[in-house]
Amino acid sequence: MTEDITWLFLDPSLKISFQGLTTSGVVSPDLHFIHTPQQLVGVVGLEIHAQINSSTKLFSGSSVRFSAPPNSLVSFFDASLPGTLPVLNRRCVEAAVMTGLALNCNINRKSLFDRKHYFYADLPAGYQITQQRQPVAVDGTLTYSLLEGKKRSQVIRKNVHIKQIQLEQDSGKSLHDDVHSQTLIDLNRAGVGLMELVMEPDMSCGEEAAAAVRELQLILQALGTCQGNMSEGQLRVDANVSVHRPGEPLGVRTEVKNINSVRYLARAIDYEIQRQIGILQRGGTVQNETRAYDSKSGLLIKHSLPISLTSAASFFRFMPEPNLPPLIVYEDNASLPAGIDACQAVVVQKIKEGLPELPSIKRDRLVQTYGILPEHSFTLVNEDGLVEYFEAVLMATKKEPRKVIGWVTNELLGHLKQQDLSVSQSPISPPALAELLELQETGHISSSVAKQVFQKMWRSPGKTAAQITQEHDLGLVSDTAQLHSICQKVVDSHPDEVHAIRNGNKKVLNKLMGLVQKETKGRADPVLVRKILQEKTS
Amino acid sequence: MLGLFFLGVSLALREGRISPTELCKKCLNRIKKTQHLNAYITVTEESALKQAQQSEVRLLKGPLDGIPFAVKDNFCTKNIKTTCASKMLKDYTPPYNATVVQKLLDQGAVLMGKANLDEFAMGAGCTDGAFGPVKNPWSYAAPYREQTGAMLESDWAITGGSSGGSAAAVASLTSYLALGSDTGGSTRNPGALCGVVALKPTYGLLSRHGLIPLVNSMDVPGIMARSVNDAAIVLGILQGLDVRDSTTVPAPSPLTELPQDFDVKNICVGIPKEYHAPGLSEETLAQWSRVADLFERAGAQVKQVSLPHTQYSIVCYHVLCHAEVASNMARFDGLEYGHRSQIDSSTEVMYASTRHEGFNDVVRGRILSGNYFLLKQNYQHYFVKAQKVRRLIADDFRNVFGSGVDVLLTPTTLSDAACYQDFTQEDNRTRSAQEDVFTQPANMAGLPAVSVPTALSRRGLPIGLQLIGPALHDKKLLSVAQWIEQRVGFPSISDWDYSRERSAHIH
Repeated sequence: MTEDITWLFLDPSLKISFQGLTTSGVVSPDLHFIHTPQQLVGVVGLEIHAQINSSTKLFSGSSVRFSAPPNSLVSFFDASLPGTLPVLNRRCVEAAVMTGLALNCNINRKSLFDRKHYFYADLPAGYQITQQRQPVAVDGTLTYSLLEGKKRSQVIRKNVHIKQIQLEQDSGKSLHDDVHSQTLIDLNRAGVGLMELVMEPDMSCGEEAAAAVRELQLILQALGTCQGNMSEGQLRVDANVSVHRPGEPLGVRTEVKNINSVRYLARAIDYEIQRQIGILQRGGTVQNETRAYDSKSGLLIKHSLPISLTSAASFFRFMPEPNLPPLIVYEDNASLPAGIDACQAVVVQKIKEGLPELPSIKRDRLVQTYGILPEHSFTLVNEDGLVEYFEAVLMATKKEPRKVIGWVTNELLGHLKQQDLSVSQSPISPPALAELLELQETGHISSSVAKQVFQKMWRSPGKTAAQITQEHDLGLVSDTAQLHSICQKVVDSHPDEVHAIRNGNKKVLNKLMGLVQKETKGRADPVLVRKILQEKTS
Repeated sequence: MLGLFFLGVSLALREGRISPTELCKKCLNRIKKTQHLNAYITVTEESALKQAQQSEVRLLKGPLDGIPFAVKDNFCTKNIKTTCASKMLKDYTPPYNATVVQKLLDQGAVLMGKANLDEFAMGAGCTDGAFGPVKNPWSYAAPYREQTGAMLESDWAITGGSSGGSAAAVASLTSYLALGSDTGGSTRNPGALCGVVALKPTYGLLSRHGLIPLVNSMDVPGIMARSVNDAAIVLGILQGLDVRDSTTVPAPSPLTELPQDFDVKNICVGIPKEYHAPGLSEETLAQWSRVADLFERAGAQVKQVSLPHTQYSIVCYHVLCHAEVASNMARFDGLEYGHRSQIDSSTEVMYASTRHEGFNDVVRGRILSGNYFLLKQNYQHYFVKAQKVRRLIADDFRNVFGSGVDVLLTPTTLSDAACYQDFTQEDNRTRSAQEDVFTQPANMAGLPAVSVPTALSRRGLPIGLQLIGPALHDKKLLSVAQWIEQRVGFPSISDWDYSRERSAHIH
């Protein structure tokens, strides 16, 4: 009992219960659950390298392009030819400042560059220029959301603290040819600008980490500071994972590397948490090591190669980069010293004014403006271009947003996903969809026919909803005489049902209505059909 | 003709008394005759003649057009080997020109070759390069030979370093000017010992782009010339902002020729008492006093000043230097360029053997100690502390210049040039500590400094004095230097030209 209470005291979130306990001196029966020994829980921090979306590298004029021929984008500086010097790319600084602002960071008016030394074949200078002592942005917050509950309709907001954002150089790529025991070096990536974002260990599982990374990805894409494509390595995530009992000091951590999708990130972290819990429960100890995720097996494998780098972390020799003066950013144009051209300087105020709508704001706006559900706002924002698509449809139809949203998030998105298409590749344009919805809204086609028309439109791009409706004779049948004869046929062939209705079981009418719609392939005007059937069964 | 200042030659070229090609040929001929000095690692005969010819067909466009010059072999030269006097870069040919080289070429100056140095500019004698030591031209001239009774080939004196080849090239009349580099005195020291004017401009005034670094935070391209005015003209051409070097600053003013009648009446000359260092030769001290007296008699205010942290400077210099060396040398791994060892059983083994084979003991020693200073557990004790003291040294200068002093007058070196055999009795580290004692504080503070030859010693070797000025006051500094030059009457080596050559032939 005493032990359990000590536990409680160490857990800040349960402190209030503990105080209740001591003042009353009585163990309340409904607090019994806290007396079982606490479970081991995961603690996750992230180090994220985001490649800056810039046409040239951080310190040289070489172009930045994915999958260019090897060593075709290499300047003298990138190859570390003797005598070359770094020249800072303003675009990269602006990207880092903008990202810092979007993540509520303090922007350091003065930041510094450092050299971090290690020998590696794809690091030509023998050191990386980074920002160890004073990074460009510090102390920010990322707010992300988890969707919980049965229908994932409950939105839980969480925060993760951003320790810092630093500018640094990317390395080249080593290609190991085991057959000829050779290593081939491609320096195209060497010197590309990176933002390293350090997220504090405020997350507890793979799902949280994945949600945080996904939100960051959306923010970076909205800002245009990073394309955020994990499979192309534009966003690289390393996770520091440990387990502990809440309130106890953090456990020994491992570093999980080589994760190239958000989905694998969640899996890898959860796998690692379970692995560590298993070790501790068997009485073992967790080793400080680097583990790489193998997406084929879903296993984390002890890293063989770059571990020599990480294990030598204490031997990284840091030194101020003597070829780059301190990086100064200015608050506003008024604070620019005389003789400095505003076009050449990085001005925080100007960048602030240029910030686009961030995903969280966009979601709130969508919920408030259109009255859609929060989970729908997530779906919209998660898909590049879907918000714009949705809003373009709304512009062209009188249909209520709440009725349109399903068409966009189910019909459209479903079809897109099935064929692995992006929103911009949709064969149905927003005005085309709007026209279809209008036909339904004005009673020209039924809702079930509308779905058929959608399918046909998808398969034959360019044809309008009206054309398809006409070609396939899908227009609503509202000819009273024709409907009368169909209804009569149904009534005649289902005497038992008619009998039931006449005995007061009005629900059976729906069955007859369905049969009529079957006859008409869903084209019958439901209001009219109901009226006729009611007459004939009364 | 060869003994002239380049301005004099420039005039001769314009007046058609000599053509650029004739001048170039004379210098090439001279280079051959003075080959024993080992001043050049590479002589660019073919391209020099081509450049001279181009200069000939074009209307001479400026004072440097057609003027032969030499470049220390740690400045990158496009399609011309740049070795840093190291096995590591023995066959390295850069694909670009250093900014300062390009600026001289743009003026029509004719590159005669790449001058010898200590390996990667680490040394104060020009005795520690992969291509052998450089010999002081004055130790082949009559005054030295006669006064020391030197008869043996091995009696030659060193040039000082590390830009010994550049100094020897200018002193032996094979080039009218030369680029050196100055990190702790590497331009001024050989300038003083070889009797040429040697300017280390304010840090940041000249681009370092293309200068293979020793210590980035102290390196400055140095200018060596036969007269202060020549140096001033070259400075005017080379100075200013370079987008390729973020540490450059705009030139405070365009600099052309110096005023010929500079008045020292209104200037205040500081004599730092800490520069009365142990080991300062009697003769150098006498020159120092003599020039101080000249100022005084001309009406300048001469006063003793104190730079109290000077004594710590050389130690801090070595810590900072070695740390940056360790960092700068990390790129020489044999992968992208330079020497690559045949031993390649693994990448790590290849690195190790490449670097062992490629660097000499001096370089390897500095890398080792530099990495030690940068270790996490040592960083605060060595690197950070040295940086703090560096700040105090810079503050010393600031205080002195803030108190009304215009220039400081000091010796450049402790004495005249040592005999090679004596100099090599001590190791490189000891010699660097001794030889850089008066010169490296200006690098620590980033200040302009110039060495002016003042007299020949009793041994017949040059003695130089140093002037140090406030940052970006390079022009005023040179004006004062010229005032000294006009009064000390330093002789030209061409006065003994033939005897020098004869003595060279005897041995």
